[in-house]
Amino acid sequence: MSSEQDGKPGKGNRGLVARLTLASVAMFGFGFALVPLYDVFCEVTGISSSSTTRAAAEPVALEVDYDRKVTVEFVATTNQRDIWRFTPEETRMRVHPGKLYTTHYLATNLDERDRMGHAVPDVSPAGATRYVQKVECFCFEEQLFAGEESQRMPVLFYVDPELPRNIGTVTLNYSFFAQDVVGEK
Amino acid sequence: MSTATDTHHDEHHGPAKGMRRWLFTTNHKDIGTLYLWFSLIMFFVGGAMAMVIRAELIQPGMNLVDPMFYNQMVTMHALIMIFGAVMPAFVGLANWMIPMMVGAPDMALPRMNNWSFWILPIGFTLLLMTFFVPGGAPAAGWTIYPPLSLQTGDAFPLLVFGIHVLGISSIMGAINIIVTIMNMRAPGMGLLKMPIFVWGWLITAYLLIAVMPVLAGAVTMLLTDKYFGTAFFDAAGGGDPVLFQHIFWFFGHPEVYIMILPAFGIISEIIPTFARKKLFGYSAMVYAIAAIAFLSFIVWAHHMFTVGMPVAGLLFFMFTTMLIAVPTGVKIFNWVATMWRGAMTFETPMLYALAFLFLFTIGGFSGLMLAIVPADFQYHDSYFVVAHFHYVLVPGAVFAIMAAVYYWLPKWTGYMYSEFWGKTHFWLSTISINVTFFPQHFLGLAGMPRRIPDYAVQFTDFNFISSIGAFVFGLSQLIFVYVIIHCIRGGVGRATDRVWEGSHGLEWTVPSPAPYHTFETAPEVK
Ligand code: HEM
Ligand SMILES: [Cu+2]
Repeated sequence: MSSEQDGKPGKGNRGLVARLTLASVAMFGFGFALVPLYDVFCEVTGISSSSTTRAAAEPVALEVDYDRKVTVEFVATTNQRDIWRFTPEETRMRVHPGKLYTTHYLATNLDERDRMGHAVPDVSPAGATRYVQKVECFCFEEQLFAGEESQRMPVLFYVDPELPRNIGTVTLNYSFFAQDVVGEK
Repeated sequence: MSTATDTHHDEHHGPAKGMRRWLFTTNHKDIGTLYLWFSLIMFFVGGAMAMVIRAELIQPGMNLVDPMFYNQMVTMHALIMIFGAVMPAFVGLANWMIPMMVGAPDMALPRMNNWSFWILPIGFTLLLMTFFVPGGAPAAGWTIYPPLSLQTGDAFPLLVFGIHVLGISSIMGAINIIVTIMNMRAPGMGLLKMPIFVWGWLITAYLLIAVMPVLAGAVTMLLTDKYFGTAFFDAAGGGDPVLFQHIFWFFGHPEVYIMILPAFGIISEIIPTFARKKLFGYSAMVYAIAAIAFLSFIVWAHHMFTVGMPVAGLLFFMFTTMLIAVPTGVKIFNWVATMWRGAMTFETPMLYALAFLFLFTIGGFSGLMLAIVPADFQYHDSYFVVAHFHYVLVPGAVFAIMAAVYYWLPKWTGYMYSEFWGKTHFWLSTISINVTFFPQHFLGLAGMPRRIPDYAVQFTDFNFISSIGAFVFGLSQLIFVYVIIHCIRGGVGRATDRVWEGSHGLEWTVPSPAPYHTFETAPEVK
């Protein structure tokens, strides 16, 4: 019978407990580290919606592909339907890749108070995200709405001719939020 | 395998008297008992909620409760069953059995052990209090996806802190189990001589340490999003709700294995005993558990095939998910091979183990169907998913727990339970659980969505059958309580030390009931 094994928490325990505790704390941190890692991953793979918030850097000097037509659908979403009325002016367009187009979204502040509006875009299918280029967009900045004011907001965009052949329809969706209620939910 | 003398010495004090015994105990057997009773109570609390759900669904239309309350039932049922019933039951079994199986006198950290149990009721008090706050209990599903979960009322902080407390309890329990297994084994018990139940728990404990903190982080982020103006998941502020799903399932998928690996261990103890043969392929079983644990970290997005992932991502998660079927299949075949030409008898624990084998495998198959991306596009969020996870969790995890209780109850109480009532409980449970959940496969394939209190009339018949099955299952569990209490009060007679003819392992070398202190002198393992 061994005498080592007398049931008292040995000194060996302390090291192992410390390491396991440290591992738990590290995994707590890892959960938070997933946030930037996720952004980096989306950036690298081109499925990030934050990348679509930026203006296309290069001016439009692309070859227009007059042989091809792509359908672009416009969708407007808002979870705050008591505050906003938000709709696309046209719901779909047939476009030539490489050519610059303009469309508009309509937004109304249904509230009496002034509101700061902010739109977040996303494109589906996700694989098309990097090919839908917005030269100018109301989503690049926040919009101030006076009480019960309506605005007609432009989007200037083109579809990159590199858009994979198997994609015939892309959907551009904007979700509209009131910035100033974000904090007070 | 080993020999041990009765290690109970009279100069060691026995348990203290009254409430103080349970409040301040650091004895692994007392704490195991506390966990097991707590889990049984939670099983009935969560079960009562399931009865409400099935009563609402017994026919189409709004019958019994309002939809908001229905959603609260669905959410709380899942949280209570996962964190209150299944996980504490496994921790209770670990507390009772691991020290006895590895020849240790107690858990390595007895005082922490007391804490890890006693903060559980605190966590559940926080969770259950939510029924009485404005806005009611959480109702966004146990997966608490934003933005919906951020619309929870005053229950929200209670939910988050409740999850924190339960997480801390699990992590402390896991640390204790790892330290016990690593440092307190009897001389001669090498890692590859440990009973498989101990192996299953060792790996589960590592999974807990790896993922419970991630869940704690995720709910903390939800909390700051709701109250402190951060925007981790709030699209309005530049966050991304899909990110939450990734973080949640990074926890969530390993979590489902946390609920099944200890069950694998239990089944691997019971089948050899009643087949009177050694476990077939011991080391393959150990490596299979390790492989499943590793793979469980790289499959999480199979829960989110429909969020709009790139095809490469879909393929990656589809193939890794299917890969899990390989080590799982190894286990199933090894259990079958263990029984091959064995001298089998069918006492209640063995019946439960066999039902586990069949019915868990059905759950595994429906899992494989769900892993097929284009199929999942149809099945996702339907009753097919509900059928899948109930097959792996009820006749899977829960049946394994019941098998374990019947298997070790004579060792705990010193008395034999009534086989007649045990078998009655078994047959009623097994038949009714299939009546409950098998039709849900068909409902799901026909398009009935989950988490909805009403449904189209063509789903009526299967829902009716399912509800009847559920009520029978719920009532049958009263027999379980009866068998346990009857056994504690003397059962059908004294149990021998071996209890089962084919039993093997250190826990059967101590007297029945196991004395308050066992293995104060370590046994020699040959
Ligand atoms: C061969 C093994 C398995 C495979 C291939 C598998 C696959 C899947 C897939 C693809 C889903 C997502 C379905 C959807 O939401 O559309 C799922 C859901 C689920 N699985 Fe499994 N699974 C397996 C084993 C298990 C085990 C062992 C457990 C637990 C003990 C489990 C518990 C769950 C749960 C709880 C859900 C639903 C989560 C929720 O949405 O609330 N699965 N499984
Ligand atoms: Cu999973």
